[in-house]
This record gives sequence, C-alpha cells and structure tokens, in this order.
Amino acid sequence: MAIPTLLAISLIVFAILDLAPGDPTANLPLTLPLEVREKIRAALGLNDPFLVAWLKWLRLMMINEPLHFIEKIFGACFGDCESRARIISWSSRAPAVDIIIQRLPQTLWVLGLALFFGILIAIPIGVISAYRQYSWFDNAGTFVSIIGFSVPTFFTGLLAIVVFSVWLGWFPSFYDTRLVVNSWDTFLLQVKQMIMPVAVLSLFNAAALTRFTRASVLDNLNEDYVRTARSKGLGERKVILTHVLRNSLIPVVTLIALQIPGIFGGAIITEQIFRINGLGHLLIAAIGQSDVPMVQTLTFIFAVLIVLFNLLADVTYGFLDPRIRYD
Amino acid sequence: MATTQEIQEELTPTGTLDVEKYRSLRQDVWRQFRRHKGAVIGLFILGVIVLGSVVGPFVYPLDPFDIDTKVANQGPSIDHPMGTDNLGRDVLARVLIGGRISLAVGLAAMMVELIIGTTTGVLSGFFRRLDGPLMRLADLFLALPILPLLLVVIMLFREPLKEALGANLGIFVLVVFIIGVTSWMTTARIVRGEVLAIKQEEFVLAAQSIGSRRRNVVLRHIVPNVLSPVMVAAALSVGAAILTESALSFLGLGFPADFPTWGRLLFDAKDRLQLTPMRVLLPGVMISLTVISVNFIGDGLRDALDPKGRSR
Repeated sequence: MAIPTLLAISLIVFAILDLAPGDPTANLPLTLPLEVREKIRAALGLNDPFLVAWLKWLRLMMINEPLHFIEKIFGACFGDCESRARIISWSSRAPAVDIIIQRLPQTLWVLGLALFFGILIAIPIGVISAYRQYSWFDNAGTFVSIIGFSVPTFFTGLLAIVVFSVWLGWFPSFYDTRLVVNSWDTFLLQVKQMIMPVAVLSLFNAAALTRFTRASVLDNLNEDYVRTARSKGLGERKVILTHVLRNSLIPVVTLIALQIPGIFGGAIITEQIFRINGLGHLLIAAIGQSDVPMVQTLTFIFAVLIVLFNLLADVTYGFLDPRIRYD
Repeated sequence: MATTQEIQEELTPTGTLDVEKYRSLRQDVWRQFRRHKGAVIGLFILGVIVLGSVVGPFVYPLDPFDIDTKVANQGPSIDHPMGTDNLGRDVLARVLIGGRISLAVGLAAMMVELIIGTTTGVLSGFFRRLDGPLMRLADLFLALPILPLLLVVIMLFREPLKEALGANLGIFVLVVFIIGVTSWMTTARIVRGEVLAIKQEEFVLAAQSIGSRRRNVVLRHIVPNVLSPVMVAAALSVGAAILTESALSFLGLGFPADFPTWGRLLFDAKDRLQLTPMRVLLPGVMISLTVISVNFIGDGLRDALDPKGRSR
C-alpha cells in the first residue's frame, strides 16, 4: 500500500508543478541568444513530454538519490558514482537532498518531541476524563481541549514569545541555529530554545488526542470484558490500565495516523514562528525563490515521512492487538 | 396506555391535538441544543462576531485603508480604541473588515467541501462499484502533505488567477477552492458510513419496490437522512477552513497585503510584537474565538442531533 501511495503522490506533486504556468528560464537575462536559452531548457528537461519528465525525475528520486545516500554512509562506490545525475536545487546549486538531510534533524526533533509529549499529556487526561465522566475534571478537560485545538499554533506561539521571552525573559525568542551542542552548558541552551516550540506544538497535538482517548475509553468501559475482569477480582487499577487502556488505544492510534499530515503542517508553522531552520523553513524559502526541484523534492520527502509515520502506526497496531499480525 | 377513543380523537382532524405534547424534530433538536451551555454561548459569541464584521464597518467611523503616518504605531487611545499599525491605519477598523473575508472564506470553503464530500460519500455508499476507487482516493488524499501542497499551488496559480479574475476575487476563489478540495475526506467517510447503514432500511426497499427511480431514491430518501452528520461536519469544517486560511496568510502566501484577513493582519504584525502587541492580540483572539465558538456549536449539534441522547 505504501509504494503505490508514494507513486501517486509523486505524480500529483509533479503534475501540479508541470501544469503550472510560468517558465523557470524567464528570469535569465534577455540578452541571451535564443538557441542558448533553448539549450538550457533542454538541459533542464523542460521540453520532454510530461510522462517522460516524470519518469526521469522518478529515476533520480527513487534510484540515484538513495544510491548516493548508501554510498555516503559506507564510503563505497557502485558503478558510475562520479557521473551519476542528482537533483540540483536551482537557487543554491547544490544537490537538493544534501540540503534536506542537513535540515531534517531539526524538524524530526521538534516533531518527535511534540508528538511524544502530546501523547504523554493526552492519554492520562483522556483516561481520567472518561473514568470520571461528567465530573468537574472531565468538564474542565473537555473545555480546555476544545480551546486547545481551536486556537491556532501561530497565535499561541506568538503569545508564548510575548509572555515567556519578552516579559519574563525565560527563553530565547528565536532558535539559534549556530548553536553546537558540545558541552553541558550548550546542551542546556539547546533545551531552553527547544522548550517553547515543542510546548506549543505538543499542547496542540494533546488537545485533539485527549478527546479521542476519552471517547475511546468511554466506548470500552461498558464492555462485557470489563465486567468480567472486575468480577474475577482484579483491582480497579489493573482493569483500567491493562484491559481498558490497551483496547482503547487501538482506535486512538488510527486517529493519530490520520492527524499526521496536520501535525506536519503545524510543524511548518512552528518552525516559521520560532525561526527553526528545519524542512518547513526550507520549503517556504524555496517557494519564495521559485526553486522548483527543491519544492518537488521537499514535498515528496514530506509525503515519504507521512507514509513512514503511518507505517509506524500500523506496526503499533500489531503490538497493541494480538489479533492483528502481519505476515 | 391510551384508550382507543383517545387515539381516534388524535387521528381525526376534528379531535383536539395537544400541541404542547407533540414537538417537531426541529423543535426537539433546538430544545436539546439549548441544554448544551457551551454551544449556546458559542452561538452568541459567533453571532456578535458575524454582526460586528458584517455591520461593523458601516457603523464604525474610521476607514481601515486610511494611511496617516503621523499616528503610526500608537497604543489604544480615544481616537483609535485598539491603536494603529505601522502606517497609522486603525487596527479595530481593519480587524472588523478582515472578519468579513475570513468568515466568507470559511463559509465558502465549507460549501465546496460539503458538496464534494457528500457527493463522494453518497456515491461510494450507494454504488458498490464506485466504493473501492473512491475510498482509495480518499485514503490517498488523507496521506497527502496538505500544507506544503497548498503553499505550492498558491505560489504557482496566484498570478494567472489574478489576471483572469482580478486580484481579490482571484485569490479568494483559489484559497476557497483548494481548502475545499483538500478537506472533503472526513465528510465523505462519515456520509458513506451512514449511507451504507440507511441503504439496508426498509423504507429504501419500499421506495425501490414502488418503482422509484434510482436518482429519486438517493435524493429524496437517502440524502435527507444523512443530513444530521453532514451538519455537524459542516460546522466543524467552517472552523477548520478559517484556521487553514489564516495559516496560509500567516505564512505570507494567502491574501495580498492590501486585503486584510485576520491571518494576514497577524502576519503583518508579528515582527512588531513588542511595539504594538494589540495588533497581534486582536486578530489572534478573533480567530480563536470564532473557531472555538464554531467547534462548541458543532459539539452541541452533535449531541442534539443524536436521538439516543435526546431523552437525557
């Protein structure tokens, strides 16, 4: 399922960019002779029919780039490793994938930590809300979580900057990209500058997750197996934590998987607010410079990441529910 | 238990009907909706915001586009209740007029989304042959990196649409269209599930057996019955559309600078956070309040339209 999805996504990304009006050679000087301009167009592959251009790009993306990546790790050389074509960014003249690999860790750190803390906050609150349905805790939790996913991250981010870095001066207002973590002090600085972006994004993730968890635990609490577990004398803690929670998490994992594109969107916005030099930042810059190969590659990488996270969710299923096994 | 006589009285047109006891479905839903405190407060706040942005610019004396650099970057004062921006334009006037565009985008995108979502949902629920392909399409759309794609599409199609339809209408159509096209999947899935359940009901069989055309079965018998989940989805998608529009504007790829939407106002104000915090606070609070109200209304509608909860 993953590979056809990726193929379809790459086709869509490619088609949007190909159908779009506008000419990448339009910015070249007008004094350039026509035949030179034509040669540049041919070199960029702009004269190829749509399908050929797509297949060429697909070969670059799916074969050449992974091969180069493997070579870099093992220091080996397969075949024509010196002359193999790569996807070159128009604005920086460097291979697009190299720049992306430089920027990837920042995005993954923010995203991963935000998801991790989001889940860590959401599940206990969701379980307690459901267990004590209509109590003050539940009502407060519901209220806060509706507010949490209604208030956009770009507003909470700006508010956090005003309150915590301008008024209180606790955290730096933007992310220092030159910081190298090589000692305890720089590590503390790194933690300090990560706190606000991660907090903003994880609260946003936690809000929706709390609602899902609550609904799912509520569905399970009235099941027969819960009565059975209680009647055989299990403690309440054991009933909730092992029986109910494990069953309730199955639909929650599906919903997390469905949220992942949205979480990536939130990460792009958060990177923009706190000026983190991750993939989102790179994408906005590339769009600003009409750097088509970079935009194509980045959008495709985002799709790959989303599909990977979805696969992760599928694997988690098998772990949560022994009835589901992949052969 | 009612006696035979009582039942006859109710059935005959001359018999007096106890109006108090019989409520239409609409009244029933409204009664239940009123019990949801958050939804009622949300409806009230949304009403105030809608009124403010529709009527406000006519009533409020200051012009949102009036540049006066002598009074630039002021805090709240009597002349400018919410202060001024870096070109001396009145912040409150701009937020009022910006609300019109943000709300219009939310409503229009919701319509596009509902039309696509309901059509796909009904088609894939009713016609088994279409079910597989359409649902795979929905899965594919759910796995798309939506925000990057939106940004790319806007970057590429903004200029040509501007030329074709004019600067403001062009970008409005583009933003509404792409938000609608990328958010129909949830509605489609919900509608499909409902249609699959309703298709098995006896009244559908009855309609088919008296020889109704397929189109009529779908339009008269199935579509009205899936309206309640669609209404909930509609309420929630207005909020989501307003959020997406503001996010796009916030990233500088939504509406142009002379066209104030709430997201655009935030984008323009974010670099002068410390100088004029009001410029960030006011549009941010407006976006948040609108979306919170809409989400509470959606929540209340869901409770009210669910017949299982009505006895409560």
